[in-house]
Amino acid sequence: MARAVTNQRKMINTAAAWIIGLLIFFPILWTMLTSFKSEAQAIADPPIFLFFDWTTENYSTVMERSNYGRFLWNSIFIAGGSTILGIIIAIPAAWSMAFVPSKRTKDILLWMLSTKMLPAVGVLYPIYLLFIQFGLLDNVYGLTFVLMLINLPIIVWMLYTYFREIPGEILEAARMDGATLRDEILYVLTPMAIPGIASTLLLNFILAWNEAFWTLNLTAAKAAPLTAFIASYSSPEGLFYAKLSAASTMAIAPILILGWFSQKQLVRGLTFGAVK
Amino acid sequence: MYLRTALCAASALALTAGAAMAQSTLTIATVNNGDMIRMQGYTGDFTEKTGIAVEWVTLEENVLRSRVTTDITTKGGQFDIMTIGMYETPIWGANGWLVPLDDLSAEYDVDDILPAMAGGLSHEGTLYAAPFYGESSMIMYRTDLMEKAGMEMPDAPTWEFVREAAAAMTDRDADINGICLRGKAGWGEGGAFITAMSNSFGARWFDMDWNAQFDTEAWANTLNFYKGMMDESGPAGYATNGFNENLSLFNQGKCGMWIDATVAASFVTGDDSTVADSVGFALAPDTGLGKRSNWLWAWALAVPAGTQQEAEAKQFIEWATSKDYIELVAENEGWANVPPGARTSLYENPEYQKVPFAQKTLDSILSADPTDSTVEPSPYVGIQFAAIPEFAGIATEVSQEFSAAYAGQQSVEDALAKAQAITNEAMEAAGYR
Repeated sequence: MARAVTNQRKMINTAAAWIIGLLIFFPILWTMLTSFKSEAQAIADPPIFLFFDWTTENYSTVMERSNYGRFLWNSIFIAGGSTILGIIIAIPAAWSMAFVPSKRTKDILLWMLSTKMLPAVGVLYPIYLLFIQFGLLDNVYGLTFVLMLINLPIIVWMLYTYFREIPGEILEAARMDGATLRDEILYVLTPMAIPGIASTLLLNFILAWNEAFWTLNLTAAKAAPLTAFIASYSSPEGLFYAKLSAASTMAIAPILILGWFSQKQLVRGLTFGAVK
Repeated sequence: MYLRTALCAASALALTAGAAMAQSTLTIATVNNGDMIRMQGYTGDFTEKTGIAVEWVTLEENVLRSRVTTDITTKGGQFDIMTIGMYETPIWGANGWLVPLDDLSAEYDVDDILPAMAGGLSHEGTLYAAPFYGESSMIMYRTDLMEKAGMEMPDAPTWEFVREAAAAMTDRDADINGICLRGKAGWGEGGAFITAMSNSFGARWFDMDWNAQFDTEAWANTLNFYKGMMDESGPAGYATNGFNENLSLFNQGKCGMWIDATVAASFVTGDDSTVADSVGFALAPDTGLGKRSNWLWAWALAVPAGTQQEAEAKQFIEWATSKDYIELVAENEGWANVPPGARTSLYENPEYQKVPFAQKTLDSILSADPTDSTVEPSPYVGIQFAAIPEFAGIATEVSQEFSAAYAGQQSVEDALAKAQAITNEAMEAAGYR
């Protein structure tokens, strides 16, 4: 009897998970479907779900009009660069906070997080002027640096949470065996925290990939990533929803594929910390 | 001998490389609309003629506005040419942020630019941006539904007629709304429409001392008329409808009338429209007070002061806004697809006169005067806006209040009272009062 209830509950949970998953995925699915419609079909009322004349014309138009490869490369460079740079800076910072905390560690962590509460537009002009001074406007290196700074609090926080789960005695033992600080971080701490580091890396890569304020405001023609690519297909005066959907699908496809292949690591990493 | 040949070859290669390196590249910021995208497709023609390469930064209108404003106010120098509108041009020209276009070539024929457009893109008589295309607003209506309602659209109708016709055409069972109008918050969306409409009701934003005028009867009449008519004959949720939503409704046959930008005429008669064969055009309505409710707008190309490539940028502007460019588009894509509303010669062209909406577009543009847009005198230039830097912020807030009234979240009286307070407060803070 108890077994039957468990099975029933399992089925309900599974069904609920599928429904929620489909609800969350539906806007993406709809965007993908719209990208294969004509502009007239894209705005049809009632909406057409599957039974329409499928066309790849929107993709051809987008490829013809935009240099997709350049936008894609800029996105990979900026998101990848800022994440790796952030991880390199955040590992020692999180190590010191987790294993050698001071009286002010909690305050510092909260202060770091508080920088995320400031609306980005509030510092647009100072950052823009600094970028002019240093010749960094429309430059992938400048943007990589800014996105690294923006995501650094989250990276430090995530790594700090994962590091706190690792018993300090293991590091102590390594030290007693003669490990230097560098060896301790590189050969003991990092391998043990790999799932946490991997999920931090992936999540921050996604955050940097989707960042659309700084990437639109600090770039022009050369360093613009895929967020600018999508923005170039949005229009308040003209119905270009099918083309916009094609551009959106092309912009999210790489990150969707990455997420699909790394979902195990993502889930493992997310359940590695305090939530466990 | 071999050494000399090798040196000559090396020099030739170096010179070629140097020439290639020296080729200018213009960076142009522009909006994503049909005419601008079409122009990007013809950039090869310009590069072929001049050897100047072009890189496009295409952005959604509001993103572009914020992006180019940040760049020009900080002298960022990211763009050699910016696509800006009639609102920004006189303000930026007065601030010395734009290069005056007072030395365009004789072949360009600057006098051919429609006077209303040239006026709106100038400051103290100096042109600061060349119009790529211009627009006014007009009525687009379903001839079949009008006939079915037993009515005939005059060339220049009144608002009373429009309301009556809208009620007669409305058929809720068939999902047909008599009239579709912008109600969406935003100074360039519903704010632009209601401001242009208010002109025809004798309202204005400011008196000659920059005092807000929302406490006048003219504004109350405007808003009450709009809301009354839309509640009777407008689509559900009209308070959140902008250009695209109404275009979509009209193209699906769900609007009897639509009053909006003249550029929409090519969309409603185009391939994506289900009612393309039964669309008529008329001037925007009035109330007999001497001002119609149509606006005037142009997307224009301007050169930011401080660009390193001023001469090349002007060359591009001359090419893109020339008569030859219009001919180029007409030759390849037909006269209905040329950028409208910028040049007088276009409307004198017999081929263009065959385009069904050409004459009404011209009549609408000619009847709009940004320097004399209100019945009572006003201190500002502009029809659907007041060309002062503070306007965009104030009008966005005011239009939010109006949209809340359309949605029934507050009364028209409350919306007007809040608009009055918001505007006076902002104008006082800015030092106008």
